[in-house]
Amino acid sequence: MLLLEIKNLSLNVNGNKLLNNINLSLNKGMTYAVVGPNGVGKTTLGHTIMGLEGYREFEGDIFFKGKSIKNLDVYERAAKGITLAWQEPARFEGISIEKFISSSGKDISPDDVSKILNDVGMEPENYLNRNVDKNLSGGERKKVELASILAMKPELVILDELDSGIDTETIENIFNAINYLKSNGSTIILITHSQSVLKQAEYAFLMCHGKILKEGKTPVINKYFTRKCLPCGHKNEPD
Amino acid sequence: MSMENIINQAGISDILDNEKTASLIINKDKIISKNTVPGLIVDAEEIKDGVKIDITLKNNVTIDMPVHLCFGVTDKKAIQKIKLNLKIGQNSSMSVYSHCVFPFAEDVTHAMDGIIKVGPNSKYSYLERHIHSEEGGIKVIPKAIVTLEENARYKSEFELMRGRVGRIDMDYEVFCKSFSIMDMSVKINGRGNDIINIKESGSLIGESAKGALTSRIAVRDNASANIYNKLIATADYARGHVDCKEIVMDNATANAVPIVEVKNPKAHITHEASIGSVDSKELQTLMSRGLDEEQAVELIIEGLLS
Repeated sequence: MLLLEIKNLSLNVNGNKLLNNINLSLNKGMTYAVVGPNGVGKTTLGHTIMGLEGYREFEGDIFFKGKSIKNLDVYERAAKGITLAWQEPARFEGISIEKFISSSGKDISPDDVSKILNDVGMEPENYLNRNVDKNLSGGERKKVELASILAMKPELVILDELDSGIDTETIENIFNAINYLKSNGSTIILITHSQSVLKQAEYAFLMCHGKILKEGKTPVINKYFTRKCLPCGHKNEPD
Repeated sequence: MSMENIINQAGISDILDNEKTASLIINKDKIISKNTVPGLIVDAEEIKDGVKIDITLKNNVTIDMPVHLCFGVTDKKAIQKIKLNLKIGQNSSMSVYSHCVFPFAEDVTHAMDGIIKVGPNSKYSYLERHIHSEEGGIKVIPKAIVTLEENARYKSEFELMRGRVGRIDMDYEVFCKSFSIMDMSVKINGRGNDIINIKESGSLIGESAKGALTSRIAVRDNASANIYNKLIATADYARGHVDCKEIVMDNATANAVPIVEVKNPKAHITHEASIGSVDSKELQTLMSRGLDEEQAVELIIEGLLS
């Protein structure tokens, strides 16, 4: 079943074409990767789907369950079940982890929050009352971010550079959370240039210079990305 | 509204029933009740438009339960002047919770002039929490000069988050002698045409004295905030930090002036200040979880002032 469809999406910012005629379709319950070197437009695509500030004025259209979401604000897209985890999660002075997670879902009980924290590898007794602030490590903030997404039970999740700046134990926790999302039927977009993250996806889109250069089964795209893109001497200048 | 209602609003009616809790309850210029505990001397005297209070904690006394002061005004129009002289002896410790409740204020002035001395090796913590009317017709003028003797600890928190601020002109000056530590914080939520003027000054005059001045202010509508934090270090190994964060919305305005003065090469003071609208990333993160903009802003401000 088709969940998200992007048609002829182009985004210009200050005269720079950050996204160039993107077309893609995502089916419900699948895990996708958007792969490519730094600066090719992966994060921009994720922010545009989410409708973040500065990413709302684009050409083309985005359809979610067959209806355009082009004119919807961020929270309206979230209400439809779309959400995003930032590469560098925000810090919130004075907001506890419990409050942050419970604010992200409807009718979330304290027991639910504790269970979700366990699901991302954080002991509730050690973390519930801590704040989502600078005293958390990068990996801890990523896990809290993911916990808040689990609380939403989203239909479409955009996960941006999950593995940046975190250790191997944390990435295992994050992969477990991805599996949890998959088992709940969420559609996942993994924005990455990491091999290990890419392998979590069933289908991948390869981006270069704001365009979808190739798409296909993950192993095929991974092979192309590894052999052609990584050693490429003319990055962001697709053949 | 009676004073009993004010005490209920402050949430201390049960606390005051406990005879082991020291307290002083004042309505405008009248002393309503007083309770003391061993080692603590509280003398209160009604004066014109206010009350003069002398509080002394004797040497070598630790009071476990916080002392509660309640300054209420049940009238719509009134002047309440508090002359406070508080002295903590040596090797002693106590906490004071001060409840300032003005729920009907239309034209009320609450002015406090305090002289506070914390003796050697003693600890004093002070929490002042205000509950105001929604009218904004109140003027709060807290002034204090605080002296910390050697190895003394002083922590003060000022919170004005319930009801309208009206106008506040705060002026606190703290002198820190050797190895003493001061930690002062202010949290105020302003709106309407509220005016917030905060002046806090700390002088680290003794060796290894430490000080922190923290302010968290949110202003919206046509409110204005002027924060003047000054920390001066003149002694060897004095350490200090000034931290000011203000969120500004609508037509509100804010100024922050963190002043650090170091007059000793072995001293060190840092400062950070940020003034601006709600952080875009925080806002959009919460909105991407389904909160609308107003809900997200409220949560961020609640966090800032928590």
